[in-house]
Amino acid sequence: MQNPYLPYPVRIEEIITETEDKNLKTFKLVFLNLDDQEKFTYTPGQFAGLSVAGKGEIPIGIASSPTEKGFLMFTINKVGLVTSHIHAMKAGDIMGVRGPLGNWYPWEVMEGKNVVIIGGGFAFTTLRSSIIYILDPDNRPKFKDIHVIYGARTPGMLLYRDELARWEKRDDIHMHITVDGTDDPDWKYHIGFVPTITDQQAPPGNEETFAIICGPPIMIKFTQPVLDDLGYVHDNIIMSLEMRMKCGIGICGRCNIGKEYVCKDGPVFTLSQLNNMPKEY
Amino acid sequence: MNIININKQDWAKGLERLYDFYRLFGPVKQDKFHNFRELVKGELPDLNLVNTRLSAKSTVYPQSERLLEFTLDENREDHHILKETHKDYSPRAVIGIRPCDAKAFLLVKANFDTPEYKDPYWLQSYDASTFVGYACNAPCSTCFCTTAVCGPFSEQGLDLLLVDAQDHYLLKIITQKGEKLVAASGWRSTADSDTASHEIETLKRAAEEKITARISTDKLKDKKTTELFEAPFWEEVAFACINCGTCTYVCPTCWCFDIQDETLGLSGIRMRNWDSCMFPLFTLHGSGHNPRSTKMQRVRQRFMHKLKYYVDKYGDGIQCVGCGRCIRHCPVNIDIRRVCDLMNNFEA
Repeated sequence: MQNPYLPYPVRIEEIITETEDKNLKTFKLVFLNLDDQEKFTYTPGQFAGLSVAGKGEIPIGIASSPTEKGFLMFTINKVGLVTSHIHAMKAGDIMGVRGPLGNWYPWEVMEGKNVVIIGGGFAFTTLRSSIIYILDPDNRPKFKDIHVIYGARTPGMLLYRDELARWEKRDDIHMHITVDGTDDPDWKYHIGFVPTITDQQAPPGNEETFAIICGPPIMIKFTQPVLDDLGYVHDNIIMSLEMRMKCGIGICGRCNIGKEYVCKDGPVFTLSQLNNMPKEY
Repeated sequence: MNIININKQDWAKGLERLYDFYRLFGPVKQDKFHNFRELVKGELPDLNLVNTRLSAKSTVYPQSERLLEFTLDENREDHHILKETHKDYSPRAVIGIRPCDAKAFLLVKANFDTPEYKDPYWLQSYDASTFVGYACNAPCSTCFCTTAVCGPFSEQGLDLLLVDAQDHYLLKIITQKGEKLVAASGWRSTADSDTASHEIETLKRAAEEKITARISTDKLKDKKTTELFEAPFWEEVAFACINCGTCTYVCPTCWCFDIQDETLGLSGIRMRNWDSCMFPLFTLHGSGHNPRSTKMQRVRQRFMHKLKYYVDKYGDGIQCVGCGRCIRHCPVNIDIRRVCDLMNNFEA
């Protein structure tokens, strides 16, 4: 019997400190066994359980894209016991990865459509995966206009700044980067909260346009009415939720919203689905 | 259907033989009340009871269980790699399980055995088990199994049903697993099928008549989840609750667990422990946000899960077998029968 609780062993290949507060680090992981790497086939929007023997396991969104081969990438906020320990680990250390877990953004449904990616703070990780995936030469023709609205508190709190700069220069993706505030006189992008920038920059909503939203609850709460005003259809508003999780496979019982388990039936839900679920998240 | 007649003097002898083939689990009186545990060779299950304090779920799903193991010794090549750990899944027999607890395993199985994922620990324990049920001649006032799609003589989830017919036992064989256990036991005296069936039927009817508490669940599935969730009665239902979690620990159908790592020196294990939706930590995010931060939300979760979410998810009735433990042991007298009626009769 396949044991769904058993993580694959991986080695930390590289650690990148992402933000000026040093609270967010990206970990590039490589599988110890090639067989495991083959088995780990994922789609942007999914997450995995990261294990440190003796400390525990945490659910983290996959920041790499399946189009990037040979490694997995996770950007981790230092919050609790396991994440603090991971932040103190070094390249070469061994840990575990279990997954991929959960569902993913509905890429097949979005084919031939416009996609607006809206992210805030450190929830940008699976959105990075999504952007890399969409921009892959094999995938880009499958989608129409792509917009990205991404905000952080300050310029130094933005993730993946080198990549953001590269995407900014391309003509097949519309980047709308914003910060809550900055004293940098050379800052050449937007200043303002994500809902405001969405209101100003997002294309109007229709059956042909999807919005993927991932961010802190407060951002989601204020972005949703903006999208309503812009005419976005609730079936086309895609959200990724967070919950405290343990098993990651819909068995241990804690991450439910109504009868749905966020770890297995989610983390991705449409707003239409959420409208019919208890408001308990 | 085969029914075996067991002279009460032969009961112990048969069990003695079973130790050669099975690990035996049964109710044992510890301090003032009964609980299930593994019996040591020669020990007899104590069948002089109404029901065990905790349910029989621990025989398949222990309160604490080792899942994986690892070493932190960096001199070892496999250090920090989580690995499978040896577990004993040799045949086991659970003697004296009440029909409610046996039915509960069937309800819980829907959670551990899904099309996408199989919980190997729960399933291997369950598959290794032969359940020898013990029919209830004298149910108590909090029992409501007959309206929870179970019953004092229910055979659901059982391999054998043991009936106490005063001067002798009748043992009804329900499955092949049950037949195998009987063969190993050496109990051979086949009862006259008509007489024995009649005897069981009479006792069954008498027991069922003693159960007067009833619940109605017929309208639960047609209720709108969001409306039940917003129903006005939850604050009142939860008012007296102290979130002690007793209801979830004694419940045969509560399955929630936590996963934790434990180390001793350089060796360690990953284990799981029963957890409870009554505790705020159950859903507390790392950020400090908690989707069920108030006790009302947690009490509502427990009842909504058992009486609505489960009903909708599996289409197989409520996640409750009517054992009445949560009613008997609740320190503030919260009664699932009353809450079930509130929910079933609720009109938005």
